[in-house]
Amino acid sequence: MKLFNISSGPHVRAAEDATMIMWWVVIALLFPTVGGIYYFGWPAAWLVATVTLSAVIGEMVFQWLAKRPVTIVDGSAVVTGLLLALILPPTLPLPMGVIGAIAAVVLVKGLFGGLGYNIFNPALAARAILLASWPVAMTTWVKPFETVTTATPLYLAKIGQATPGYWELFLGNRAGSLGETSILLLLIGAVILFVKKIIDWPAPAAYIGTVFIAAYCLGHDPLFNVLSGGLILGAFFMATDYVTVPVTTKGRFIFGLGCGVITVLIRFYGGFPEGVNYSILFMNMWTPFIDVHVRPRVLGCKK
Amino acid sequence: MSGLRLKECKELTERLPVQEAALPTRVVLPLQQSLGCPNDPIVNVGDEVAEGQKIADTQKTVAAPLHAPISGRIIAIDNLPNACQYPVASLVIEAIPGRESQGLVGSHWQVDEFTPEQIRKVVREAGIVGLGGATFPTHVKLSPSKPIDTVIINGCECEPYITADHRLMLERPAELLEGARAIARAVGAENIIVAVENNKQDAVQVLLDHNKNHNLKIVVLPSIYPQGGEKVLIRKLLGREVPSGGLPLDIGVIVNNVGTAVAIADALKTGRPLIKRVVTITGSGVKKPRNLLARIGTSFAELLAQCGGITDDAAKIIMGGPMTGLAVASLDMPVVKGTNCLLVLNQRDARDYEEKGCIRCGRCVRACPVGLLPNFLADFAKLRDYEKLVDYHLADCIECGCCAYVCPSRIYLVQYFKGAKQELKTRRAVCR
Ligand code: SF4
Ligand code: SF4
Repeated sequence: MKLFNISSGPHVRAAEDATMIMWWVVIALLFPTVGGIYYFGWPAAWLVATVTLSAVIGEMVFQWLAKRPVTIVDGSAVVTGLLLALILPPTLPLPMGVIGAIAAVVLVKGLFGGLGYNIFNPALAARAILLASWPVAMTTWVKPFETVTTATPLYLAKIGQATPGYWELFLGNRAGSLGETSILLLLIGAVILFVKKIIDWPAPAAYIGTVFIAAYCLGHDPLFNVLSGGLILGAFFMATDYVTVPVTTKGRFIFGLGCGVITVLIRFYGGFPEGVNYSILFMNMWTPFIDVHVRPRVLGCKK
Repeated sequence: MSGLRLKECKELTERLPVQEAALPTRVVLPLQQSLGCPNDPIVNVGDEVAEGQKIADTQKTVAAPLHAPISGRIIAIDNLPNACQYPVASLVIEAIPGRESQGLVGSHWQVDEFTPEQIRKVVREAGIVGLGGATFPTHVKLSPSKPIDTVIINGCECEPYITADHRLMLERPAELLEGARAIARAVGAENIIVAVENNKQDAVQVLLDHNKNHNLKIVVLPSIYPQGGEKVLIRKLLGREVPSGGLPLDIGVIVNNVGTAVAIADALKTGRPLIKRVVTITGSGVKKPRNLLARIGTSFAELLAQCGGITDDAAKIIMGGPMTGLAVASLDMPVVKGTNCLLVLNQRDARDYEEKGCIRCGRCVRACPVGLLPNFLADFAKLRDYEKLVDYHLADCIECGCCAYVCPSRIYLVQYFKGAKQELKTRRAVCR
């Protein structure tokens, strides 16, 4: 007698799987990546290639050594590598990029148990490690299309000097991390992810909204604060990282709010010109707490 | 708390009128066909029984008696495998050649001539249970311990593929509305709402036409899964919430499926017990999908044979719909009172997914109509952390499958939940 498959339901599933989601993120990230290469030339191209490849190889070797299933095709190492490249200074010496990539996939991700278990965003944590190790190289910025070092708009603003106009900022024609400068290209990537329903609005909206409103209230230029630094990249691509932000809609909103507040505090009152990196890492730490305490109301229960 | 828009796949059968299935030569009847308690046989092996004759019953309240779907002889009372391959006490009737069913003669009563007590009695004696698949004994539902103000007749049929209720609404609207009125009369409710999803506009039109003489409320809802879930439907229609751990009657509502309403009308008007039901036989693995009026106890194999048989690449036989249905191993299973659909999927549609690790995307959280955190519940279930499972409201899960449907890591979330619920139940039983 023929016996049929009795696996558990539901017997139909949505089309999209985790691997497809990761590759869509890669596609979205390619826009700012190409922009960075356009503005900062060959060094940027080499850095992107090196860091991404290092992340992939690093994860592969680590999983192999740790005798875990090798999950390179899931695309998550590519995402980590690309994201890290995008938040590095375009002229960073390649060996530092390699170390950063390996730190991201091994230290921050692999040792915590792999995809889904890491507490901190691997790219951001790796950048923080690099910044602590090589503070000078990690804060050396160049002008687009030139090799002349210069300061980022946020730094110029901090010391009270003239900053580029909104339009230049929007297009990305300014000094900064490899992929953070072109707001236009970042938004194209973000729109793709929104349309594919891969990211949702609570965290980015709360994050950007908080920075905008706080800057306005504190007497700073709100639009300038949104368009410069790593805010757009961070809000759409880091504060939406599934693994390291809360799972509920409310939780994600709170997460974005917290990121906004801390970014503003660092930018206006801290020692650094930019605070996106640390604010998201700081909020990553609170994610487990938010997950436990911010739960949806259950149908038929008071609170 | 939204719900899903699923690919409906109802076009396979939604235009096909219900046809009477061929009379089976043999029926297998598990003694328990409802939630609650099993029946005891009141006939013996070798006895001759007539179609519609009561053959099993019990004194227990939460149960519904069983009737002979065909005339014939009892050839066995034995433990036979049920859909989960568990042996369960069952009766087997074999038709006697030349002595086919004589058909039932009915009385011709009007619903309004019955007292509530009489309605309950007729419904119980007819063995009627919730025909949407829940199989709760209907006479118990009609004896609420609290005042009821609203009766909802559930015609949502939100699961993909199934069209049994859709066809009933189209073909037997008069009985449906009459059954609805009988239910309201039995529980003393003022309001009757018939809820239909907007993918069944033709049924809505037919119901509106027949409602001209009555004043039931016919409400058209957007088609969203799992709107047919009792608690979800009540919130949507009335804005009331069934308290956690409670029943609809706690908030003055009872919900009945359209099939149940029709069965009640039939029982009242003709004295006919529940021995047949509409089953949608459909899916990529069926050669000629149909809606059949099948006798309870007919084997899947026999019904499928009347639908052109199954395709060579048929891989999964599902009792019920694709979201909440149960996959069965063999075609030997009989139709029971709760079988609304027989879905056969081919290799491609029935593909199995490899479960990966949770990436915390939160899709399950947004899909859950109840407001649970399926990702954490699954973690706790794997860790057997029963305290946390209770704290995170596992008991409120309606097992709709939305979470697992959307999960990009293909985690078998509902399977974990069912297992954990079972375990919690046994533990509670042991503690007592
Ligand atoms: S949908 Fe699946 S992968 Fe996403 S959070 Fe829920 S369980 Fe995890
Ligand atoms: S099966 Fe349970 S946890 Fe999953 S979506 Fe439905 S109610 Fe929520």
